[in-house]
Amino acid sequence: MNAVADQKPLRILVIGYGNPGRMDDGLGPAVAARISGLELANVSVDDPYQLSIEDSIEIAAHDLVWFVDSAKNGAEPFDDRRVQPASQIAFDSHHLTPETLLAITAGCCGAAPEARLIGVRGYEFGLGEALSPGAAANLERAVAFLRDEICAQTGGPR
Amino acid sequence: MSEPSTVSRARKLEIDPVTRVEGHGKVTIRLDEAGKVQEARFHVVEFRGFERFIQGKLYWEVPVIVQRLCGICPVSHHLAAAKAMDAIAGVDAVTPTADKLRRLMHYGQLLQSNALHIFHLASPDLLFGFGAPAEKRNIVSVLETFPEIGKWAIFIRKYGQEVIKATGGKKIHPTSAVPGGVTQNLCVESRDALRRDIEQILSWCLLALDKLKQIVAEREAEHKDFAYFESNYLSLVGANGVMDLYDGTLRAIDSAGGVIFDGVEPCLYREQLIEEVRPWSFMKFPHIRSLGRDQGWYRVGPLAQLNCAASIDTPIAEAERRLFMNIGAGRPVHATLAYHYARLICLVHSAEKIQQLLFDDDLQGDDLILSGQRRGSGVSCIEAPRGTLIHHYEVDERDQVTRANLIVSTTSNNEALNRAVASVATTYLSGQEITEGLLNHIEVAIRAYDPCLSCATHALGQMPLIVTLEDAAGEVVDRKVKQ
Repeated sequence: MNAVADQKPLRILVIGYGNPGRMDDGLGPAVAARISGLELANVSVDDPYQLSIEDSIEIAAHDLVWFVDSAKNGAEPFDDRRVQPASQIAFDSHHLTPETLLAITAGCCGAAPEARLIGVRGYEFGLGEALSPGAAANLERAVAFLRDEICAQTGGPR
Repeated sequence: MSEPSTVSRARKLEIDPVTRVEGHGKVTIRLDEAGKVQEARFHVVEFRGFERFIQGKLYWEVPVIVQRLCGICPVSHHLAAAKAMDAIAGVDAVTPTADKLRRLMHYGQLLQSNALHIFHLASPDLLFGFGAPAEKRNIVSVLETFPEIGKWAIFIRKYGQEVIKATGGKKIHPTSAVPGGVTQNLCVESRDALRRDIEQILSWCLLALDKLKQIVAEREAEHKDFAYFESNYLSLVGANGVMDLYDGTLRAIDSAGGVIFDGVEPCLYREQLIEEVRPWSFMKFPHIRSLGRDQGWYRVGPLAQLNCAASIDTPIAEAERRLFMNIGAGRPVHATLAYHYARLICLVHSAEKIQQLLFDDDLQGDDLILSGQRRGSGVSCIEAPRGTLIHHYEVDERDQVTRANLIVSTTSNNEALNRAVASVATTYLSGQEITEGLLNHIEVAIRAYDPCLSCATHALGQMPLIVTLEDAAGEVVDRKVKQ
């Protein structure tokens, strides 16, 4: 998808979700805060504790969605993958996966934006308001990656 | 997967964690040598530690910090902490503008949180039946099969969040409630935007209630008998026992509806309630002091809110309350699944309260914050979506919190959750066949209470549902993993 080619501005949504009171679980909101601070054109940012069904309305209004979450395991400094709508039963009550939220967006709003998920590797998930040193380093790499990706998608300056 | 042992000995079935239940809980069902349920427990395996986390924080920071306790009901903790800090700030009554703005925020929270539970968590069970295949029991299937109901869920939730955003400054992490009042009023632009949609929201809430009543009527016996047991109930009530989910005094009733205590100011909660620790759970077991551990446990939440209230001050919800209470024929309603019915009446009441408040000019007042003589401690109670929430703080001369005690709603429902699991297990589990349907019956019982076990992390890589069958010595004889 290239906004420059068809002269139609690409509407991008970044949802960095997690709980900043649980140390590295706050990686998602931390990425969201940093991207928000860049004030990139046509980029909306949200930082909920967790995904919820009404987020489908906002997602439906965008062409591309970047979900950003912390990851308890997996690639370092982060993992990046495309996500598709899928019906999944989450294993805690109020938590939705990006895949399920995309399925809700399709079912309720008839929209199917492209979506990707960045899982930033975290290490400490206890009570606390600071990121662990490893997570803080991974945060920097993830923000740089996401900034460059968004700029490539929108044709904006890096 | 190995075959279960056929050796005649006690076995233990574990469900860990519970699907669609916040945090990490674990269900253990002990089977005796005959394969019958011997005992059932609902464990909480994550140590919260949040009360210690708050220690050392400046008291005016707490209403914002404490929201980190729970991603589901941050607004409830925000307001409960603010009310407790009012007392510490020496303010016994905030201004009408502050009081009504907080109430509006609270009813927005109740609206969106109860809607989430009803539509996202409970509706798959209610609409498709408890024995429906796992792949069917989710919100996506609800949207496919009942698209209108799915849309009600999303737009009621969205509206509740808009109320929180308009009153709290932010939709997820409100900051407007501070010791002594609020930092902002409701601007006319936001008020008018909310006014435009409230009629539609209320009508969707009523349609949802009608649908639930239809389901209850069609499966009356199941809804009446499922995980049934009697209990005491605890709730805040307003003057003359009128339902007041934001402020009031504590009332407890017994299983016959008799008053155990009434008119208890929140600051005196410790005269009536005591918390017990048990070695196998990190959650405490509160009970009514005068009745003791075995007889003093109680339930909180929508069922308690209705059972304890003498009336409701909004007309539609009051009419529905009267119909609901007819189920009990003069006694409290005790059915576990009646929590869903009660929750929907509370949903309607919240929408009506929002409608009332949006036409109250006090919300545009400018008298926002009061101050008073600093005190060393403060206690507050609020009726969160899951029930009575108590915040108690002590502060030193440097304005730092030295002690915090929080009794969250799920903690009060701890004993009831155990009994619900035991009741269902006794009815539905026997032998060695652990089917999806059987497991879901246990989860249906737990989900009725909408438990929030801790502020769960939501990092990628969470454990799936694991079912373990162990013998008396702790040896695993069977294990199931549901991805």
